[in-house]
Amino acid sequence: MPGKEKWFLLLAIAAAVALSMISGAFNRYYLGIVIDVGINIILAVSLNLINGHTGQFSLGHAGFMAVGGYLAAKVTLVWGASVPPAAQPFLFLAALLIGGLVAAVAGLAVGVPSLRLRGDYLAIVTLGFGEIIRVVFQTSEFFGAATGLTGIAKLTTFGWAWALAAVTVYVVATIVNSTYGRGFIAVHDDEIAASAMGINPVRYKVTAFVIGAFFAGIAGGLYAHHKLVLKPDGFDFVKSIEIVVMVILGGMGRTVGVILAAIILTILPELLRGVAEYRMIIYSLLIILLMLTRPQGLFTFGKKGAA
Amino acid sequence: MDWFLQQLINGLALGAIYALIALGYTMVYGVLRFINFAHSDVLMLGAFAAFYITPKVAPSLGSQSLMTALVVIVFSAVICAIIGMTIEFLAYRPLRKRPRLTVLITAIGVSLFIEFAGQHEKIFGAATKPFPKLLPKTDFNWGELHFSSNDLVVLVLTALLLAAMWFIVQRTKIGMAMRAVSYNEQAAALMGVNVNAVISFTFALGSALAAIAGIFYAMRAPGIEPLMGVQPGLRAFIAAVLGGIGNLPGAALGGIVLGLLETFFGGMPGLSNYRDAIAFAILILILLFRPAGLLGKQQTEKV
Repeated sequence: MPGKEKWFLLLAIAAAVALSMISGAFNRYYLGIVIDVGINIILAVSLNLINGHTGQFSLGHAGFMAVGGYLAAKVTLVWGASVPPAAQPFLFLAALLIGGLVAAVAGLAVGVPSLRLRGDYLAIVTLGFGEIIRVVFQTSEFFGAATGLTGIAKLTTFGWAWALAAVTVYVVATIVNSTYGRGFIAVHDDEIAASAMGINPVRYKVTAFVIGAFFAGIAGGLYAHHKLVLKPDGFDFVKSIEIVVMVILGGMGRTVGVILAAIILTILPELLRGVAEYRMIIYSLLIILLMLTRPQGLFTFGKKGAA
Repeated sequence: MDWFLQQLINGLALGAIYALIALGYTMVYGVLRFINFAHSDVLMLGAFAAFYITPKVAPSLGSQSLMTALVVIVFSAVICAIIGMTIEFLAYRPLRKRPRLTVLITAIGVSLFIEFAGQHEKIFGAATKPFPKLLPKTDFNWGELHFSSNDLVVLVLTALLLAAMWFIVQRTKIGMAMRAVSYNEQAAALMGVNVNAVISFTFALGSALAAIAGIFYAMRAPGIEPLMGVQPGLRAFIAAVLGGIGNLPGAALGGIVLGLLETFFGGMPGLSNYRDAIAFAILILILLFRPAGLLGKQQTEKV
């Protein structure tokens, strides 16, 4: 029922905007983490379309995020001063869209090789693209080279992050649940059978990459205007792996599970801050233990089971 | 011409190290069909093992002697072989029947665990440590050409190790068992092959190679630190895929090709910053035309 989902979207956006109005009352540190959670939900849900629903294996999601982040930041840095304060949100929206669209073009460039490659070979090519994107930003003077971009305006608010997270969830969920979207799942389950049924696997794979990259780009834009500093190191393949872990822990192709995993994996390192020196050691041990005990994903119940 | 030869030497020395690491990736892939992300950290552990062993043996065997180097290399290799087998036993064996992706994420977890545990000050600490000089180093100058004795030792040792690997896999009983497990695990088990033992052996072998590669890599690097394995590990992973993952000569070839590409582009004026990007771009191009790697078997899709 598309009607029900539309209401969910409107409600979520309204709630995000309303909460954003009173967000000044919250502790800044907690607010920052909550925004991080929203951004990571966008990243995980968009990667879930590629890795989960469509069954590809992309290790380059941080690259798309970098493209979106750098372009959006550049747009607000260049035009931010010449735009009146009242129009700032529109500039921000435009910046995010530009970042997302350019990331989508990058997604197209990565999606095309996926026509021929699968499994580990696809993983390595996406990883390669991610690294190429990072090196390009690292060497380009226009984007601040190795020092990165600084002095980015603080435009990302609770409302922006969570409203866009809601949009991402809505778009991905409705696409996958539509008649057209069943094609993604068909490609995931069996490519040959899918193409025998008249589904064009190539088109679906590329579509998944383009949509996934678009939202990763949006998330990158939000990230840039949240952290206020962009460094090329922040988008290396460790970042891509973090997002992949969210998708796998949530259960491949399980939207709700992936959202929960994104929330947990963002908050967990913060909770462990008290034992700062053991923080990442515990985090990595938890990943291993979770995989040994619940490999189908933390929140996968029922018969779809081991994906 | 001199420039060309110089880059050739540097590229071969670097490529030989990549080849050694790539062999470990490829052998594990051959038997278990997954990429062992923790391999690059075993390499780091190998370098650290050498770092701690060298001061212990140097006084009795003489510092910077061939004997010391050999003892250090053998001990580090054995330590890493044990570590590799332990990782397989604790983290991968319980997941043997699970989807490969699960094992892959576990491997990433193991890799992160080793890296972060290593960075803890009670273990190695995050700071870069100077690697002890293992071998007497002489620099040869041949006209405009410079190369060090270390490069030569690395090249010769790598060639010997590659030959030894080929011998083990193709001419020994355990090698035959490895190939059998790689071909069909169930059938191999039915024929009396102890699959668990073969997989343990493969991990031991791969980790020992990683340890040796780690020591060679550390000899060329400015120092060692817990994250030193990440970059060469990534390169070797690419090399293994480039050559056709699961294929031993392919891994060696991939390593050499990647080492050469990296040094040639790194040596060109104006391109050095783009070195990594160009290596990756060429890799992608090669994979586009040979999707199963340079020496990999092209599989036709069957219904």
